[in-house]
Amino acid sequence: MGLWLGTPTLVWAVLMLATCASTWWLKSGAATSMLATAAILVIAAVKVRLVIIHFMELGDAPLKWRIFFELWVIVFSGVILAGFWLSAH
Amino acid sequence: MSHVLSEKTRRLPGEAGVWIFVGADMLMFGLFFTSFVIERSKNVELYNLSQQALNFNYGGINTLILLTSSWFVVLAVHAAKMDKVRHVAYLLAAGALCGLAFCVLKVVEYTEKISHGISMLTNDFFMYYFILTGIHFFHVIVGTVMLFILCRKALAGTYHSRNVLWLESGATYWHMVDLLWIILFPLLYLMR
Repeated sequence: MGLWLGTPTLVWAVLMLATCASTWWLKSGAATSMLATAAILVIAAVKVRLVIIHFMELGDAPLKWRIFFELWVIVFSGVILAGFWLSAH
Repeated sequence: MSHVLSEKTRRLPGEAGVWIFVGADMLMFGLFFTSFVIERSKNVELYNLSQQALNFNYGGINTLILLTSSWFVVLAVHAAKMDKVRHVAYLLAAGALCGLAFCVLKVVEYTEKISHGISMLTNDFFMYYFILTGIHFFHVIVGTVMLFILCRKALAGTYHSRNVLWLESGATYWHMVDLLWIILFPLLYLMR
């Protein structure tokens, strides 16, 4: 495959669409506020993982490095989601 | 990508030292995020009310700009590995210009806030807003300058399939700047 047609371009397109969906669809009340925020936060975590695996190329890196960064996403996304959920109740 | 790599064939792109710095920086931001959600939970009404003064269009557009910049930088690394030496320089220039666009939009946003009498002393939400986006903004400025320097070196033909180490290291830093904003944006502008 050439330079432009490959996994990075596909991942970039997904990231752009996910950003537009979060910012201008979910934010504008397509779902209930709490559900929308939870979805926005989950989408952000998925986007970060896509950047880590495909842009930073940690998918092909030694496992200890990959695990550290994957854990970072899980831990801090979990903290943010838990903080949001607790403050909403 | 369905291939499975053995531990021997797995490779960390760029310098390991850069990855240690990136990991430490991300841990620091992780603690900032944690501190923000804890403080927010103590006064949700104030945080939600203050958030309404932010223009999420700026944040959204800046996210699209950084994602596109990251994409250009990924392609620059791939171009170097394919020995498309001129492409490396053009793609890094495109990435750097995106970084510059982020900076311009950030300055417009800050100016707008300050002209409306909003500063980091206004309340806790805006203290977090200015400090978190300010530290991130500093990272973007450093990254943009770095991309212009890498671009200049690329124009001289420095980066090709046998010399990608520092190009990959620069790319790693720039992707970190991107991913931190991916979290910061919903945290400050969208979560309510």
